[in-house]
Amino acid sequence: MKAAPFDYVRVTTVAEVCRALDGAGGEGKIIAGGQTLVPMMAMRLARPTLLVDINDVSELQGIAATGGALKVKACTRQAAALASPLVAATLPLLARAMRWVGHGQTRNRGTVGGSIAHADPSAEIPLVAVTLGATIEARRSASARLIEADAFFEGPMMTALAADECLTEVRFPVWPEAHVGSGFEEVSARRGDFAIVAAAAQVALAPDGRCTRVAVGIGGAGGRAVNCAPAAGSLFGTRLDDATIDAAAGRIAALIEPQDDIHATADYRRRAAAALAARALRSARADAATKAAA
Amino acid sequence: MTDRRDIRLTINGRVHAACAAPRMTLVDFIRDELGLTGTHIGCEHGVCGACSVIFDGKPIRSCLMFAVQADGHAITTVEGLEGADGTLSPLQDSFWEAHAMQCGYCTPGMLIAAHALLAENLDPTEDDIREAISGNLCRCTGYQQIVEAVVHAARRRKGG
Amino acid sequence: MDGHAPHGSNYRYVARKRRTKEDKRFITGRGRYVADVSVPGMKHVAVIASPHAAARIAAIRTAKALAVPGVVAVVTGADIVAATNPMQHGLDIPGVRWYALAVDRARYAGEWVAAVVADSRYVAEDAAELIEVDYEPLPFVIDPEAAFQPGSPPVHPDHKSNVLFQRRFVYGDVDGDFRRADHTLSFRVRWGRSSTVPIETFGVLARWDEGRDVLDVWASIQMPKFHDQLAGCLRLGGNNVRVHYDVDVGGSYGTKRGIAHSVLVGFLARKLRTPVRFIEDRLEYMAGGGAHGPDRIFDMEVAFNRDGRVLSHRMRALDDVGCYPGRSPLQLGKPIGAIVGPYKIGSCAYEAISVTTNKTSQVAVRGFGQAPTNVAIETAMDRVAGFLGIDRLEVRRRNFIAKGEFPYLIPSGTTYDSGDYPTVLDKTVALSRWPELLAKRDALRAEGRLAGIGIATCLEPSGGNSAFEPLFNPLNDTTTWMESCQIKIDLGGTITAIIATSTSGQGHETLVATVIGEELERDPDTIRVVHSDSLGAFPSNSPVGSRMAIMLGGAASGAARQIRASLTRIAAHNFNVPEDRLEYESGAITNRNNTAQKLAWDDLVRIAHRKYHLMPPGSEPGLQATYCWEVPTGGKMPTPDGRVQMYPCFSFEAHVPLVAIDPASGKVDILAYFVGHDCGTVISPDIVRGITCGGIAHGIGAALYEKFEYDANGQLLAGTFADYLMPSAHEVPAIAVTEHCTPSPHTPMGQKGSGEAGYLGAPAAIASAVNDALAPLGLAITTLPMRLKDIEALLAAKSGPKP
Ligand code: FES
Ligand code: FES
Repeated sequence: MKAAPFDYVRVTTVAEVCRALDGAGGEGKIIAGGQTLVPMMAMRLARPTLLVDINDVSELQGIAATGGALKVKACTRQAAALASPLVAATLPLLARAMRWVGHGQTRNRGTVGGSIAHADPSAEIPLVAVTLGATIEARRSASARLIEADAFFEGPMMTALAADECLTEVRFPVWPEAHVGSGFEEVSARRGDFAIVAAAAQVALAPDGRCTRVAVGIGGAGGRAVNCAPAAGSLFGTRLDDATIDAAAGRIAALIEPQDDIHATADYRRRAAAALAARALRSARADAATKAAA
Repeated sequence: MTDRRDIRLTINGRVHAACAAPRMTLVDFIRDELGLTGTHIGCEHGVCGACSVIFDGKPIRSCLMFAVQADGHAITTVEGLEGADGTLSPLQDSFWEAHAMQCGYCTPGMLIAAHALLAENLDPTEDDIREAISGNLCRCTGYQQIVEAVVHAARRRKGG
Repeated sequence: MDGHAPHGSNYRYVARKRRTKEDKRFITGRGRYVADVSVPGMKHVAVIASPHAAARIAAIRTAKALAVPGVVAVVTGADIVAATNPMQHGLDIPGVRWYALAVDRARYAGEWVAAVVADSRYVAEDAAELIEVDYEPLPFVIDPEAAFQPGSPPVHPDHKSNVLFQRRFVYGDVDGDFRRADHTLSFRVRWGRSSTVPIETFGVLARWDEGRDVLDVWASIQMPKFHDQLAGCLRLGGNNVRVHYDVDVGGSYGTKRGIAHSVLVGFLARKLRTPVRFIEDRLEYMAGGGAHGPDRIFDMEVAFNRDGRVLSHRMRALDDVGCYPGRSPLQLGKPIGAIVGPYKIGSCAYEAISVTTNKTSQVAVRGFGQAPTNVAIETAMDRVAGFLGIDRLEVRRRNFIAKGEFPYLIPSGTTYDSGDYPTVLDKTVALSRWPELLAKRDALRAEGRLAGIGIATCLEPSGGNSAFEPLFNPLNDTTTWMESCQIKIDLGGTITAIIATSTSGQGHETLVATVIGEELERDPDTIRVVHSDSLGAFPSNSPVGSRMAIMLGGAASGAARQIRASLTRIAAHNFNVPEDRLEYESGAITNRNNTAQKLAWDDLVRIAHRKYHLMPPGSEPGLQATYCWEVPTGGKMPTPDGRVQMYPCFSFEAHVPLVAIDPASGKVDILAYFVGHDCGTVISPDIVRGITCGGIAHGIGAALYEKFEYDANGQLLAGTFADYLMPSAHEVPAIAVTEHCTPSPHTPMGQKGSGEAGYLGAPAAIASAVNDALAPLGLAITTLPMRLKDIEALLAAKSGPKP
């Protein structure tokens, strides 16, 4: 399990990243935390000819909340995001999800952007991005563009990023509503493993307890995380009572297209997705209600 | 450019200047180039934690980094836990006292994980300890005596 | 063994909390595992594996690989077959020929087809990718029941059938007991293909010493007669191979038996005249390393009376050993020595069937087949209880062999040495605070979770003998499975013991030092224990079958008593009194009738080493002893109808876990775990408790998580640690242990074995707990591992789709 040979360059600016990728003829890869890439290289499932190390690119580090969004720079460590008071305050859903990401040791190296760029269908951070409709900023030599999360994730380990593009930032929308609550539920064989199924939910409640906004997503149950907005429409205006949630959860399960693998069957995933979506919505409701009460 | 690179890194407080091909993992470098064989390899794909080291103050898996990436950084391996005169650290001593191992293969990684926990948590609960070592697989102990060792070390530090 | 030390707690060192000798090197990073051994000029090996479950190897082209700078050699099965003898099996099956690399035909996906030797493992892997193999796929068989059918695609065409072994043993009047019983029931239990999966893979380094004609071997090995087998395969005399047993082994639990790796590396080192090392990587280990465990289907019938007393059982065990059986079919033999568990079951029938399939090979796993068998036996007890509506504890109590009934002969010809099963169960139940535990379970159920308490009361046969060899192979008449220990006292009076195997976590150095310290009344911390190499070693059969506390401990006692006898003779001679007048105290000897006559330890040692004129005439100078011990109760051949004394000693364990299951995900959480354990006199309490907890963790893995799953095309699906799921500190709960001591009459200190402790009961206990949780729904699961998807599927089938 040794990687095939490659070139290595460590850079300090995004411009250099772009230049290096540009020169690699499509065979270059960015390495940040390396928690997914390095095992793939060790198994020779990935064999870039050039690794561009962005760990020293200071403009790719940091978390800020501006313009109605939480902006997480690509090379921000998962551990930093988990520990960030700003994330906890503005985007509790991400904070909740982060707890399920790997183990302490992988979070110390793994980055938020890396998780997005690898697009593992069971990874938690892409699920939050899809659920909330995050925007992903990517740069190449002369240009930058913003990609909607839904368009960004194309399939298992496949994204809209071009080989010479550098993911620079993930912008998670921050809901302005007063009473926002979130829930994150996951089932994995062991704690810390990738999700067999995960559900993320965020709701906003009016002072009278009616739901004014809702986002639900399912991860692990298909080639990519799924934003379940089409199935959640019936929740608007309701008080999110259990029966309403359960009915929506049933529609959510119908929306996903899971498949069999060693850990679970497609049927399992569909049933578990319904159950977890319902649980996530219930915890989001409870969370929002606490805020309303506070 | 796939040629070997000159790198300088601090390991257990000592600066090492060495050469490594870009593809050499940090764990292979530590073991084979520097001869610090206390850090072990169990899977080389980032699951078992046998290769844990402290990198710039945080525990990480050294099979998931290339040595060239460590250029300019500071690393602590199990060999760096004892005092310069060979005195065991309280944690090491607690591992011995509690017999927190059998074959010893996971032990360096466990010590690194526990050392990092105690560095930032003065009074860890059993759950904190299990969480901190949950990325390190041990096939021998069932973790019981490892947890007890860390509890013991934390208690000793508090003077209890 | 002459003379038994008194049992009980009047030991100085034995049974006392003491620091373990081995640990210091491990906590400081100074262990020396095979991957830490390096010799100048060492080359590295990578292998390529067949992608097909079965295929003819039409051609192998190596030119491109050989052209890679740094590549020294590429070898294939043709090279191996020309220069090595086939590796041994436990059965007489000449049609199944086993070599280190596939010869003409690949028989499982993952089988090694060629090996590259290069300057580094990196380069070896580069070159391995460039080897071109033309495969012609052949029919294959993956399912063991299909393999059992005549006409299934033969894994080894020269053997004709895929059945390697089949025999039905009938012990007692089984049919009569079934006729007489009030009730019978039957069920099937499936034990999944899991293994011990140590965190260290297998590794081996060999160097051919040209000047001495010796092959030096460092290996991560735990295997009986490894050096003999290796020498045989390499066509070398036994004294041309020197295996260095001072290598620390990073976990084994039975499976570190890389004979194929070692033959390959030994062959390469000689052929290339350069040291060669092969450290299997994790992918090689999982798919090709030949280290999978039992994979069994049990069909059980049980005959019992309305009071819950079990009269008889019929057990049929079909085991899938994968491609090359080695010793694995014998794993169906060892459980014969505890085939009725701790119960007074008067007769039984046991049909053992071993089939070969196109999967990687099975190897000896902790318990040597007993853990799966215990699941079948314990499921029977739970089923009987459920059928009759009797409490599961009560059914066990009614069937237990009573304390006063030992030695107890079971129908299969083995006599259990000693035990007190009811007391151990009672202690465990008390430890669990049973009424509170029940209340906790019921409270969880009331919350809508599924919750269950498991019970398993299981035996750990210990003292590893080889009685299954003659039982399963008529050509094999091995009846000894000895172990040795040497002791020498140097001129300065310090004690060194020499043992003949490597250690993989069992703490043999601590064991031997403690026992010798006890016998000679010298501080164990001052006693050095050395792992000899195979040339210096006396006979050993390695740490298998929970035997080292008994066999190595016994050998150490024997050698120490010889030393003590020598010292006594010297003192008697110098005091000119009979030996029975002497008092031995901490190594000094005094004349009880004249305490002025005293020789201190150092004086005695100096006499032995320097002052032959003060030695009894005709005695051997120096102070040394060798003791080679035969397994107590050993030395007998089986009867023609298959009765045999299997192992000498029988440890016992009672497990009580509490589990909760999330009905939506099928996920099992173990909320509490209690175990009572009796392995006679505990020599090192920390070691025994550690192994017990570790065995439970391993058993939790086998029960809930771990499986080497293959798809219908014979491809291994669980080839990495992301798919083969070993429990972490989150999945393994805190474990509370209570020890009980029923000494064995067969051992110097009353010790029994404990190397397989925990593992022999935990899978059964977890299965019992999960089934207790499912029982209110009328559901049952008897296939291990009980993964979340398996449990959820049962629940879903019962309740229809969930919202
Ligand atoms: S060797 Fe690095 S995590 Fe297993
Ligand atoms: S002590 Fe052997 S793996 Fe942990």
